[in-house]
Amino acid sequence: MIPISYYFALSAILFSLGALGVLIRRNAIIIFMSVELMLNAANLLFVAFARANGALSGQVMVFFVIAVAAAEVAVGLALIVIIFRNRQSIDIDEMSSLKG
Amino acid sequence: MNGELILFFVLAAVAIGAALGMLFSRNAVYSALFLILNFATVAVFFLLLGAPFIAMAQVTVYAGAIMVLFLFVIMLLGAEQIQHQARRGWQRPLAMLLTLALLAESAYLIFTRSDLLTVLEPAASDYGNPQAIGMLLFTEYLLPFEVTSILLLAAMVGAIVLVKEDRKKSGGQK
Repeated sequence: MIPISYYFALSAILFSLGALGVLIRRNAIIIFMSVELMLNAANLLFVAFARANGALSGQVMVFFVIAVAAAEVAVGLALIVIIFRNRQSIDIDEMSSLKG
Repeated sequence: MNGELILFFVLAAVAIGAALGMLFSRNAVYSALFLILNFATVAVFFLLLGAPFIAMAQVTVYAGAIMVLFLFVIMLLGAEQIQHQARRGWQRPLAMLLTLALLAESAYLIFTRSDLLTVLEPAASDYGNPQAIGMLLFTEYLLPFEVTSILLLAAMVGAIVLVKEDRKKSGGQK
């Protein structure tokens, strides 16, 4: 059988890759996908620890995280669409009109 | 090495490879497809961990609905290939450094906490069946469940209001 630390390590690697994506990419959609990757890594850890403790609450939490992610994606992509409509670009370095 | 361990390592390699592919693809459509592959492998991990309901929700909601939304927006905007502007030179090394720090902290946690080394025992035969999760959702977690439905409704209304064209403003241009 598999030690839980393996799942912890995999989740940590996926989460770090997601964080790296948020930091190095300029395309707002890719940044969004990286956030999804991080949420997914957290979900994996939730399920792994639920299994280790023999409790189901972790799985219920994952269900809620999935629902919140769906809502977040709907609103976030709508925002990206209107930003693109206004500026013909989704490069986040160009979204600096609030800068003094 | 037993079969489950081999399965774990193969799937882990696929998951990490798909995540890297998502990060470094030039084309946003490829990134989305790599992310779907990643979600599918994580769904198999959920099955391995005795969570069939979550695995199916992952495939239908994440790999299905959410990623279709992503692909739809990418193609709607025609944003597959955005040219790279000259970026600030210090950003990428700093990002790598910060990510490595995050990884090192996780590794430190793994190696110092001995209770993480417990091997997962074979679960009880009825562990994680959808019926038990349904019971839990509609008894102990009933309030969060209902709040989730309101959240989804708010997100739906918000997305529609945000994207709706302003008739009065855009009417003249068309």
